[in-house]
Amino acid sequence: MDRNPLALRLWTTSIWVLVGFFIVNLLAMIASVVVNSFGTRWFNTWLPAGFTTKWYASAWLEFQLDDILIVTFQVVGAVVLLSGLLGVLGAYALARREFPGKRLVMLLILLPLLVPPITFGIPLATLLYQLGLGSSIAGVILANLVPTVPFVILVMIPFIEQIDPRVEAAARVFGASPRQLFVHVLVPMLAPGILAALLMVLVRTIAMFELTFFTAGPSSQTLVVALYYAVYAAGVRAGQSIDAMAVIYMATTLIWLLIALRFVNPTQLVTRVKKS
Amino acid sequence: MQMMIEDKPPLRLRLAAMGFDSVTLLALPAVLFVLALFVYPFIYGLILSVEPKDGAVWYTNYQAFFSDPFLYGTIGKTLRLAAPVTALCVVISIPIALRVRWMRHQRLLTTILVLPITLGTVLIAEGLLNYMGPQGWLNRTLITIGLISGPLQLVHNYWGAFLGLFISIFPFTFLLTLSYVTGIEPALEQAASTLGARPWARFRHILLPLLAQGLAVNFCLSFVQAFSVFPTAVLLGAPAGSTRVISIAAYTAAYEAYDYSLASTIAMIMAAVQLVVVAIILSSRGLLYRGPMGGAKG
Repeated sequence: MDRNPLALRLWTTSIWVLVGFFIVNLLAMIASVVVNSFGTRWFNTWLPAGFTTKWYASAWLEFQLDDILIVTFQVVGAVVLLSGLLGVLGAYALARREFPGKRLVMLLILLPLLVPPITFGIPLATLLYQLGLGSSIAGVILANLVPTVPFVILVMIPFIEQIDPRVEAAARVFGASPRQLFVHVLVPMLAPGILAALLMVLVRTIAMFELTFFTAGPSSQTLVVALYYAVYAAGVRAGQSIDAMAVIYMATTLIWLLIALRFVNPTQLVTRVKKS
Repeated sequence: MQMMIEDKPPLRLRLAAMGFDSVTLLALPAVLFVLALFVYPFIYGLILSVEPKDGAVWYTNYQAFFSDPFLYGTIGKTLRLAAPVTALCVVISIPIALRVRWMRHQRLLTTILVLPITLGTVLIAEGLLNYMGPQGWLNRTLITIGLISGPLQLVHNYWGAFLGLFISIFPFTFLLTLSYVTGIEPALEQAASTLGARPWARFRHILLPLLAQGLAVNFCLSFVQAFSVFPTAVLLGAPAGSTRVISIAAYTAAYEAYDYSLASTIAMIMAAVQLVVVAIILSSRGLLYRGPMGGAKG
């Protein structure tokens, strides 16, 4: 292909066309939801007959979005705090110590991320129902923690390895207790990493469908599960009303994504944080 | 005194020498958590699956699953959906990632691509129902430019689920491929180019062997998501027909028939199929190349 610049240019162009096609369709799909949520009546035309905001008010009432949003924020807040606490402590131990069986512990932590959530979600939901935690907010929080705690550990280990152990040794020499060491030395130094990890947990938990779906009851639904039920029973309610809810859902996740992107590289939502 | 010296040091010191001290204990809450909420439920599910509802023989549920085409057929249907989508995502992601790594404004592109991951499968399904429906913008555009005469049926069938799954998974696969591709030392390719290797030869003999391991891992991680497809198959596909995937069967057993034993059986079979696929992929990656990943770096 080097000898044939035309073929090379054709190849490059076709790659960009492919990327462009994907992005145009993606954005058009999102736009169609937004446009529909503001439309009065949309049938057989390019755009709705008129525009209105009444669907937001009706969606808010019909789907009891105030309750659902409160539950969503409770679940997400608790998941972020608990996975941060368990994850950072665990990552610190795993980054700083070598001990027999460490490989086994690492495997144990990787496993929840390697199997489909449904495979452990169904037995876990059964177990939670037996413990009386089924369809409670506590149950939903516990189920959502299963993938997020390992995720925080994996993200935090390289961050902690970056910190010079001599800094901690110095703090100890000056008489810092382990608690003081954590609160005054490690947490401030790790703040960027912790912030990045927790924002990623936040964004992922809002969108986490399967585990919440299997453990939630009528009073512990998060926004994404409520949206699923609304789309599933489409026809019962106006399509615009469902899309109004979808837009509210998009707003709650995208706000956090925008905040997250100030602190992390988008690729970090998927791959491990690079060391340098 | 002699006795004292011959005594072993205290247990605390011996453990500390092995690496078990108060710092190691900080991992204990996380490990206990994973044991209690992941390992224990998994084992519980395994036991539950061999204890059928009416006290029948242990393998009753497995027998029921593999003798009912409505149940065992879901494995094939899930694989027919998940495997092509995952393979397509991985294959398409390679040339794009190879091109994008030289791009200056990568961040804008990656931000747009992170959108579907953030929005989640449910929203993508709802959006595509609007967008690809008979009156949606996609069909209208295709009719306007004269590619088709009547609207294509793109939702509530296999292709609806296929496209929905593709849009949910491709960004994830692509970003993972991109991170592997950018980890390859550019000097290797330049050296090959200097020695006269054409683009295809450079890709086949330099990049592909270095990428093989990463692509195998990428395929596995993407496949985990594709294999557990649920909202996409229900909302965009034909959940009673061609996209009755295995997670729908598990859900129906648990929440419509209230047969948790059968539901756990299906979950265990799902995990087993998943593990078999991962094992096949990871064992075949050695066919291409054995050696360190990422080339001369590090």
